Amino acid sequence: MINEKLIVAGFGGQGVMLMGQLLSYCATTRNINTLWFPSYGPETRGGTANCSVTISDAYVNSPVISTPDSIIIMNKPSLAKFQPKLKAGGNCFINSSLVVDIDFRDDVTLYKVPANELALELGNLKVANMVMLGAYLKVTGLFSNDEVLAVLKQKFTGAKAKLIDINKKALELGQQAVAS
Amino acid sequence: MSKVLMKGNEAMALAAIKAGVEAFYGYPITPQNELPEYMSKHMAEHDRVFVQSESEVAAINMVYGAAGAGARVMTSSSSPGIALKQEGISYIAGAELPAVIINVMRGGPGLGGIQPSQGDYKQITRGGGNGDYYLYSLAPESLQEAVDLIKEAFDIADYFRNPVMIAVDGLIGQMMEPVDFDHPVPKWDLPPKTWAADGNRKNGREKNIINSLYLDPAVLEQHNLKLKAKYDEMKRDHQRYEMINMESADIVIVAFGSTARIARTAVEILADNGIRCGIIRPIAIFPFPTNAFDEIPDHVKDILVVEMNTGQMVDDVRLADKCRRNIHFYGRVGGIVPEAEEIVEQVMTIVGGDN
Repeated sequence: MINEKLIVAGFGGQGVMLMGQLLSYCATTRNINTLWFPSYGPETRGGTANCSVTISDAYVNSPVISTPDSIIIMNKPSLAKFQPKLKAGGNCFINSSLVVDIDFRDDVTLYKVPANELALELGNLKVANMVMLGAYLKVTGLFSNDEVLAVLKQKFTGAKAKLIDINKKALELGQQAVAS
Repeated sequence: MSKVLMKGNEAMALAAIKAGVEAFYGYPITPQNELPEYMSKHMAEHDRVFVQSESEVAAINMVYGAAGAGARVMTSSSSPGIALKQEGISYIAGAELPAVIINVMRGGPGLGGIQPSQGDYKQITRGGGNGDYYLYSLAPESLQEAVDLIKEAFDIADYFRNPVMIAVDGLIGQMMEPVDFDHPVPKWDLPPKTWAADGNRKNGREKNIINSLYLDPAVLEQHNLKLKAKYDEMKRDHQRYEMINMESADIVIVAFGSTARIARTAVEILADNGIRCGIIRPIAIFPFPTNAFDEIPDHVKDILVVEMNTGQMVDDVRLADKCRRNIHFYGRVGGIVPEAEEIVEQVMTIVGGDN
């Protein structure tokens, strides 16, 4: 019985909206209910951006998530905003390249992923979001890499098709980062 | 057909195209911009009309003209823009023309904000412009329901020869959900549009005149009574609502649109705490689902109205309930969306309290 409520947050431009959307696309492909809701308005232009994703076998009730099961935190301001909301025992995925010297809650499971460094190892900072998504999928087991890549193949066509490979590697690096 | 994941505004646009909309006229405003954007790309592909007009007033008058010529026509906007369209909407209702108008509500009054709101409830359910008229007004809670209702809305508008309002909030416009566009919807039995001013007089028929001006009071009174008969038929035969968890309920929430969905989560949390709470979810907000209040179990003594405004639906609930129960209200405004826990707290206070 799947019932996952996730909030993804970071700077505008870090690809937080896409991370959430990819999960909703994967759910739709599998014919599982899902609902994606973005923060919209001036905050997305340079400030913090976030999206909520619910993936559920049952009909999705509230479109807004007050107590997420998991949070993916791409920058420091987002941790302050969303860590207090995370349910006790929930999963907290941290981009440890940017979120340092902070008090973390001790009643949640913390996954520190140096997403920026790992993305730079691949030569493109923009795939830091896919590194984090890889870590998230490894821990939650919601979708396989192949399912995510199948969605990306529909989105990245023509000149963008060459980006599939680096996104695949980014997913794998993220998975390795939380494997131990 | 398999479901596709789409953003609310785009799904509503595609639903209108599937319903055979022949012309769309609009003017940009957040949070509904993806709707005209989608139309600007896809209406031409279907060899249909898209115009981004110079203003909201121009857009609604283009709707008036195209509807008068017999076309299936739509416009969309958000609260301040819908306010600007009211003159045209009144003329369209007065001239007995079908049209579909989508309002993706944001905070008000004035320019307000761009975050979700249900602050146009009174305007929508009372007509909105001058004179005695109403809009058949639908308030879906999900994208599937929005798509289904928009597909049906064009039939409803044609049947009544009256504008239909689709009232959603910014949440529904901006969210993504999987939607099945082939989900069947009721087909209404529609007569041909013999009244249309389409220039086709080859069969020797009299001129069709589209007009809302009646200078003879006796004639206007008959016209007003004819309109009233339509609104009476809507109230009598076309209320739409969903009763959720009602048989076992000890307390009832009334909420529409996204707020109803949040209330569903609140009801689940309340059940975990041993409190049996039902929901009346108006799907049409005009006509208001007065019949639903006769189906509430007798032992229920309290109703909590939850809205994203300061209590605009409370009067309708009082009238429909006929003073049988205590009416409470909880709302968030300014673009703040209530969380399920806030609704739970309100219900707990009522159930455990001494009111």
